Amino acid sequence: MSELTIVWVYPDLLSTYGDRGNMLILHRRALARGIPARTVEVRSDEKLPAHGDIYLIGGGEDGPQASAAERLIADGGLHRAAADRAVIFAVCAGYQLLGSSFFAKGEKCAGLGLVDLHSDRGPSRAVGELAGDIAPELGLPPLTGFENHGGRTHLGAGVRPLATVTTGVGNDSVGEGVWAGTILGTYAHGPALARNPALADLLLRWATGEENLAPLDETWTGRLRAERLAAVGRS
Amino acid sequence: MSDDRKPTELPAPRASTPRLPLRTALAAQVSRTAAALSRATGRGDGSVIGGRLGMMIDPDLLARLADGREIALVSGTNGKTTTTRFTAAAVGVLGDVATNSFGANMPTGHTSALARAGDTRYAVLEVDEHYLPQVIKATLPKVVALLNLSRDQLDRAKEVAMMAQLWRDALDAYPAVHVVANADDPMVVYAVGDHPPARITWFSAGQRWQDDSHVCPACGGHIERWSDGGWFCGNGDLRRPEPQWRLADGKVVDADGVAHEVPLQLPGTVNLGNAATALAVAARFGVRTADGIPRLATVASVAGRYAQVDRDGRLIRLLLAKNPASWLEAFDMADDAPTLLSINARDPDGLDTSWLYDVDFSPLRGRQVLVTGDRAMDLAVRLEINEVPFSHVRTFGDAVAAVPPGRLEVIANYTAFQDIRAELDRVV
Ligand SMILES: [Zn+2]
Repeated sequence: MSELTIVWVYPDLLSTYGDRGNMLILHRRALARGIPARTVEVRSDEKLPAHGDIYLIGGGEDGPQASAAERLIADGGLHRAAADRAVIFAVCAGYQLLGSSFFAKGEKCAGLGLVDLHSDRGPSRAVGELAGDIAPELGLPPLTGFENHGGRTHLGAGVRPLATVTTGVGNDSVGEGVWAGTILGTYAHGPALARNPALADLLLRWATGEENLAPLDETWTGRLRAERLAAVGRS
Repeated sequence: MSDDRKPTELPAPRASTPRLPLRTALAAQVSRTAAALSRATGRGDGSVIGGRLGMMIDPDLLARLADGREIALVSGTNGKTTTTRFTAAAVGVLGDVATNSFGANMPTGHTSALARAGDTRYAVLEVDEHYLPQVIKATLPKVVALLNLSRDQLDRAKEVAMMAQLWRDALDAYPAVHVVANADDPMVVYAVGDHPPARITWFSAGQRWQDDSHVCPACGGHIERWSDGGWFCGNGDLRRPEPQWRLADGKVVDADGVAHEVPLQLPGTVNLGNAATALAVAARFGVRTADGIPRLATVASVAGRYAQVDRDGRLIRLLLAKNPASWLEAFDMADDAPTLLSINARDPDGLDTSWLYDVDFSPLRGRQVLVTGDRAMDLAVRLEINEVPFSHVRTFGDAVAAVPPGRLEVIANYTAFQDIRAELDRVV
């Protein structure tokens, strides 16, 4: 890889929750390690590039979510990227899109079917702080974020949640998000990578194959994490 | 009042208090008394509690209090408090104007404002965008000003396009209302819908924020933009109307094409745009633009916003920025001077701080930047990623001590703004 390519999928439809932040953070943390990197924003009327290293999909309301699913299925680019084992990081509505189906505006919509999961409507909207313990094999500190979604997500037998919920709802009050190969999905905004820089570095390690990334100054991210985790009774 | 009441011709000016049914008169009286009590006990300015008590006694109170007045409603995501203040000032050329100057912009606040004002022929009311249909129905306004629609308070706001639809349906039912609307905002143009063209005044006030209007609210297609501010839907169902009122070379150009110098105390192009909108609304009431302009120059602050306070040699100015669009506007208004940013995430602010990443803070590079507030750490991480150097201070007092004598700009979101305003002895 000559240059790490970070692709932000459909910011015109899916950028309700400060999703630009995840792109900016990955870009900055790559450059800080001397990894050449560039960002590409792809509108929903443009073709997705085939050779991205990291694909980011953000949150959005029902209408744009349903449009994004239709266009992504027609485009096929994300399927090809997943087959090439590109890294995919999807948040909220974008996370639901990865599965076989989701609900938008009261109707069941076809998802991309990239991961064995599906989403339906929950009994009430999940709004508030979200925290959990990330799957131990990933070796990361606790997840912190803010969630705001009406859906519940059910994982198939072969895939695992990204984290075990300690505060909030996530998928179903037990598991939160999904981890499947080099694909991560989460309900966490904040944006997620601002509150969880170790998760950003995990995506960068997957994309570059570098086992060890030089440590960065985490003074402010550390203080932000400490404050948000303390707010939900964790240290 | 029945729902089929239609706007009437201009009523004759009244000399005495209108005769209200006993129950309404009682409710209005209770409303005024409760508001006075609330103010006297220091529990706020009283506009909300007064209106709420009054409406418990007579749910039609707002409609009854509105009856016979000529009313302008001002709604939108941003700029409505200032535009309301400007409009009330301009319409004041004609006589006394009732207005909800404390920013209580829901029906209880309107009830309180009208009850408190007593008998005025005119009223100019700021309306929360969610309540606009309800308030149009209750007050049967002469003019409705639609400023803009953008995202606000992520964790509870309706989808922007849904709000545009809500407005559109409301206006559909009241074709006699005159609409003064922003031609630059596709969401507003969609909301105006098929309103009779003779009852629309389009204005252009130089909108900066466009991230919420990439997608056509009519068809979901793409909104294409020209560099001169023009825009159209690629599918051809929506395009920018030709504005009658606009800004050009720092002047306000009226519907006859006459350019006016509009000297204001409030800073920024944004406020010049708000002034243009106010003059367009006032013109519908018969105010000559040349007569309205001097009134606008008397407005020095709006509910504490833009107010300048001297504290220990620091000339402090307060700017409210409650969503991404208004942060961009605040950067435009602020001088190149030390700047304090303060962020909370309490209920009125919205609990989710993700929107910080929708704002580009790079205009602050090169200024001394301080951060404070409940969520200063979110701001700190955001500024670090944006490569804007900053320092963190625990209190407003620490911020004042940390900057040299001279201008200090303070930009804060809603409750952070209120906190600082309280520290500055509730400047109004
Ligand atoms: Zn269209």
